[in-house]
Amino acid sequence: MFVQRGSSRSRVALAGALSVGLVFGLSACGDSDDDTGADTGASAAAIDCSPYTAFGDLKGKTVTIYTGIVTPEDTPHKESYVPFEKCTGVTVKYEGDKAFETQILVRAEAGNPPDIAYVPQPGLLQNLVKTGKAVEAPPEVAANVDKFWGPDWKAYGTVDGKFYAAPLGANVKSLVWYSPKEFADKGYQIPTTLDELKALSDKIVADGGKPWCAGIASGEATGWPVTDWMEDFMLRLSGAEAYDKWVKHEIPFNGPEATQALDGVGAYLKNDQYVNGGLGDIKSIASTTFQDAGLPILEGQCSLHRQASFYAANFPAGTKVAKDGDVYAFYLPGKDATSKPVLGGGEFVLAFSDRPEVKAFQTYLSSDVWANTKAKLSSGWVSANKGLDPANLTNPIDQLSASILQDPNAQFRFDGSDMMPGAVGANSFWKQATAWIIGQDTKTTLDNIEKSWPK
Amino acid sequence: MTTAAPLTTTPVSKSETKKLSAAASAKNKLTSPWASLAAVVLAVLWTIPTFGLLISSFRPEMAIKRTGWWTFFSDPEVTLDNYRAVFDDGGINLADFFLNSLVITIPSVVIPLCLASLAAYAFAWMNFPGKNILFIAIFALQIVPLQVTLVPLLQLYVKAGLNNTFWTLWLSHSTFALPLAIYLLHNFIKEVPSSLIEAARIDGAGHVSIFFKVLLPLLTPALAAFGIFQFLWVWNDLLVSLTFAGSPEISPMTVQLSNLSGTRGTAWHLLSAGAFVSIVVPVTVFLLLQRYFVRGLLAGSVKG
Repeated sequence: MFVQRGSSRSRVALAGALSVGLVFGLSACGDSDDDTGADTGASAAAIDCSPYTAFGDLKGKTVTIYTGIVTPEDTPHKESYVPFEKCTGVTVKYEGDKAFETQILVRAEAGNPPDIAYVPQPGLLQNLVKTGKAVEAPPEVAANVDKFWGPDWKAYGTVDGKFYAAPLGANVKSLVWYSPKEFADKGYQIPTTLDELKALSDKIVADGGKPWCAGIASGEATGWPVTDWMEDFMLRLSGAEAYDKWVKHEIPFNGPEATQALDGVGAYLKNDQYVNGGLGDIKSIASTTFQDAGLPILEGQCSLHRQASFYAANFPAGTKVAKDGDVYAFYLPGKDATSKPVLGGGEFVLAFSDRPEVKAFQTYLSSDVWANTKAKLSSGWVSANKGLDPANLTNPIDQLSASILQDPNAQFRFDGSDMMPGAVGANSFWKQATAWIIGQDTKTTLDNIEKSWPK
Repeated sequence: MTTAAPLTTTPVSKSETKKLSAAASAKNKLTSPWASLAAVVLAVLWTIPTFGLLISSFRPEMAIKRTGWWTFFSDPEVTLDNYRAVFDDGGINLADFFLNSLVITIPSVVIPLCLASLAAYAFAWMNFPGKNILFIAIFALQIVPLQVTLVPLLQLYVKAGLNNTFWTLWLSHSTFALPLAIYLLHNFIKEVPSSLIEAARIDGAGHVSIFFKVLLPLLTPALAAFGIFQFLWVWNDLLVSLTFAGSPEISPMTVQLSNLSGTRGTAWHLLSAGAFVSIVVPVTVFLLLQRYFVRGLLAGSVKG
């Protein structure tokens, strides 16, 4: 109901006041960022408040957030809101729930949505907008997104031509984990093209090792790591445009491009000389959980493991994740050294209320101030926000992710299975990929997925 | 109903002796060495997974993730890190949600018990128009899966302004429990000899005093049995609280337990420790009340 409240005149005034505030705010935060090196705690608290006070007196107001981000990633999130809370007097109530993706739809439909939801999939975002409970992003947020993100990111937060949700965090999926120590000892070079990756794998085989380890078991979502593999190869072998068409089903799921991509994956995952280091034969891929699949690297039983940046958290405490540490990652190379397709994911900030404090908080989250504050507090987190200074990231793997995302040649593409209809992206794609690992041929697999696409 | 019963307590004592002898004969039949062996084998098989979980909860992270719990015997490594982590203030501190679970569970057991015992009495010993149809309706309601009611119920709560309060959970658990509770207690109350009720009535007792003075003492085992059922169900419930508890302030331990493994399930080694923290209360309740539980189940089946 209160979506309609507030006259348009006061909104125009608000927007005007805000844009002035924004200019001040940004210039001010540029200053404050320069002298942060010495004392991060104090600088995190000292942000310029004018962009947010422009929304009016917000003291004593509450903003509720509902998200699928739970422990331990939730702590840096909550801490990164403190500067905003301190300067505006708003209380931010954070609720993390692993069942977010189903529960948010229930809550939205029942009329009990949070003020703000962090939506991890563009497909889910569209469904939420369809419930009619979501509200468009305020112009201040749109301005921030135009400034700090590329058009590819803004498009993912847009539904039916209306801009709803600003990007929040991001993760890079096109990574291969390896042991820097092993590479140094055996003289392996980090590959820069797909052919070099193949050559490296063969070299490891020649040295008597099993180069790759993989695992796709993940409860009811078993199979998803294969979909990431296939999407990465689709991007590399057929290009971003073909990838977009494939995701939107403008070209068939079982066409020549997709066949080439899945066969490309098969050259690694279904090659019994390449897999499954430290874990068993090819079929053991299906029974190994994705969380455990990269751990043999630490024991020297496996050399390469393709998994997203968030996999860093999977290594046991005490593992040094760095270029000179126990384990690190390199960018899964493109077809040649110049093309840099990046497969990834991220969350989007969708609001269900347009109260001033909610809009102010959305504006804060879409700013470079927040991105840099968050970067200093967390490990295993990165944003595609161009205002993010990679030097603020505490973790080497995050710095690698940020450099990949901010590479001018990078072509970012969202995880395709997250954007396909649920019947495919969260069902047949996973199941058929699992069947493919345990012996089904490529053609049957792709034909079955094509058949399951909703008409 | 119309024949007057003698005003003595003999029927009661007679039925008690009968019950005893029935129990005694059952005891005789069951105490054979083979039956004992079968029971021991079953108990061991049944306990192994829980035992493995207990061992796992004391093993270090890397050992849990890379090897099975049985390797503990060849390579015993014991740590309390997992328990420390589930009581960690930085992450999820299960102790905070312990109280929520109690606050949710106790009213969710008491409310249906009170209502159901009254309703069961009315259905068993009172005559009013539409009684049979109502009873069939309640009986039929057991068939409705609670999943289909989630969204409509939440919509009702939002309309009534009850969302994000404990009321949503108390009311939901009570309504979901009532059909079965009424049905079970009705069958139990119906089995009380009618002579007993009539005797009380002749002594001048109304419905209220019959219920409180005559039936309630007899009902205790059945109430305890259903109470345990309901307690375990509510304590272990995840779906209802996930849907209706709209904020961490009122969410029970199960919801936090499901979040314990972390956003991408990377901390699943904590689940065994978390599971043991959460089963402390149900196991205690069960052990303390199990004699009622067995008696309550028997009382319904062995006719006096």
